[in-house]
Amino acid sequence: MNWNFIIFSVIKIAIVVGVVQGMVAYAVLAERKISAWIQDRVGPNRAAPPFVKAIPGLGPVLIRLGLFQPLADGLKFMLKEDFTPAGVRKVYFWLAPAIAVIPSMLVIAVIPFGSQIGHQQMVISDLNVGILYTFGIVSLGVYGIVLAGYAANSKYPFLGGIRSSAQMISYEISMGMSVIPVLLIVGNLNLSQIIGWQSQHGWLALYSPVSFIIFLVASFAETNRLPFDLPEAETELVGGYHTEYSSMKFALFFLAEYSNMIASAAMMVTLFFGGWTLPFWGLDHPAGNLGMGIAHILVFLVKMLLFVVLFIWVRWMFPRFRYDQLMDLGWRKFVPLALVNILVTAIVLWAKS
Amino acid sequence: MEAINNLLGGSMVPDVLFYVFAALTLLCGVLVVANPFSRSPVTSAMFLVLTIISMAGLFVLLHAFFLAAVQIIVYAGAVIVLFLFVIMLLDLKEEQRRKIKLFGIVTGLISVGAIVTISLKALGAMPPGAEATAPQLEGGTAALGKLLFTQYVLPFEVVSVLLLVAMVGVILLSKKDLK
Repeated sequence: MNWNFIIFSVIKIAIVVGVVQGMVAYAVLAERKISAWIQDRVGPNRAAPPFVKAIPGLGPVLIRLGLFQPLADGLKFMLKEDFTPAGVRKVYFWLAPAIAVIPSMLVIAVIPFGSQIGHQQMVISDLNVGILYTFGIVSLGVYGIVLAGYAANSKYPFLGGIRSSAQMISYEISMGMSVIPVLLIVGNLNLSQIIGWQSQHGWLALYSPVSFIIFLVASFAETNRLPFDLPEAETELVGGYHTEYSSMKFALFFLAEYSNMIASAAMMVTLFFGGWTLPFWGLDHPAGNLGMGIAHILVFLVKMLLFVVLFIWVRWMFPRFRYDQLMDLGWRKFVPLALVNILVTAIVLWAKS
Repeated sequence: MEAINNLLGGSMVPDVLFYVFAALTLLCGVLVVANPFSRSPVTSAMFLVLTIISMAGLFVLLHAFFLAAVQIIVYAGAVIVLFLFVIMLLDLKEEQRRKIKLFGIVTGLISVGAIVTISLKALGAMPPGAEATAPQLEGGTAALGKLLFTQYVLPFEVVSVLLLVAMVGVILLSKKDLK
């Protein structure tokens, strides 16, 4: 037992989980502000604790930006009545929100969010099967939604659960196969090694753009975001799998969706856009001092936030797929495309060697 | 990798974890088939997921990381989700009222007996205290791939063909008109 290791791991876990939760809260705000901007509205601009109004100059600006809205939302979720409808299957009704949240938190454990500070690697666990770990955990995420649909014991949530299980399994396949060319090129499953390779040879999105596109679209489907939000399609399923949920349990599904979004943004940055590296200003090799270490973390966060904004932007730009179109895209377009992509990459690599 | 080695490097931890995971595997495995509190097939499927996850834990303790990850991706992530998919579409009430049949118990006992016999034989081949034979490969994917495509290429391809046959069969069966 190595106490040093345990203490530093606990600190890293606490910080990462805290940061992700904070980002979830403000991603919701970003979602509302961006949607307002796209639809020519103002968005949240009222919520304010009493003392902020007293700050001259700065106070009204902060309020107009809606920076206190997440606090109000959080408070609202906690104070609302936690209502359990009569006909639900109680055990699953209680378990489902937790099962939805846990995988979304676990995925982040293997993603390197910086190079190093001192002698500490900025990753919670540097697994040598990092990618497989993330796929394993992501594939468990579907249980939260399926069980929520089953537990509610009513028609619309049930349809949502059924839809999500079919959708997530379908897109997991194309997602998994889209990453194989990356693994072929790098020759390693370790996410830190993949970033190291990219810092020497350039971003993998340039080497394997098809992989990136399939991965991007599949991660929209995996996180149940529009244009693939069929499990919760409001206009046809009322609210889908979380129709019967209220208060904090509903908030947990919300939390799961947004942390999944953040986790897949982080995965895309790591796999295709060089993780914490930038090809200039000497940011492409592990940090020697504290300043560079922090700069690497900031680079990672900025890249990741760009993808989060992309997620939000797409949601308000595209209509929802029809269910048969969704299945058609997953099975008849992406799976063959991913297979051809693997074959072409393998042939090119073989010809080069 | 380093993290796991750090954690497993300690004296007691792997042993304790082994007992925890083994107990969980057995307990959840029993609850899949004989749950005294619920006869719902969904509950059984969820306990099967727990069984598989605990088994993945055992694989990690054996440093077979690839196997552990694949176990979770394939079984917990896909196969049992499909089970759930089918179970949820069935009429569960009827299933829950169904009596346990003698035939089921007998065949179950026979298969349990066969597995116990095999395990006992395997244990007898290696008396306690004897040196375990060194594993042929570490958990890495490169070594596994090399073995699969050189030494074991024939069984590997046969299994692939078998899976393909099953797939074609399912497609054929699910087609409405066979003309």
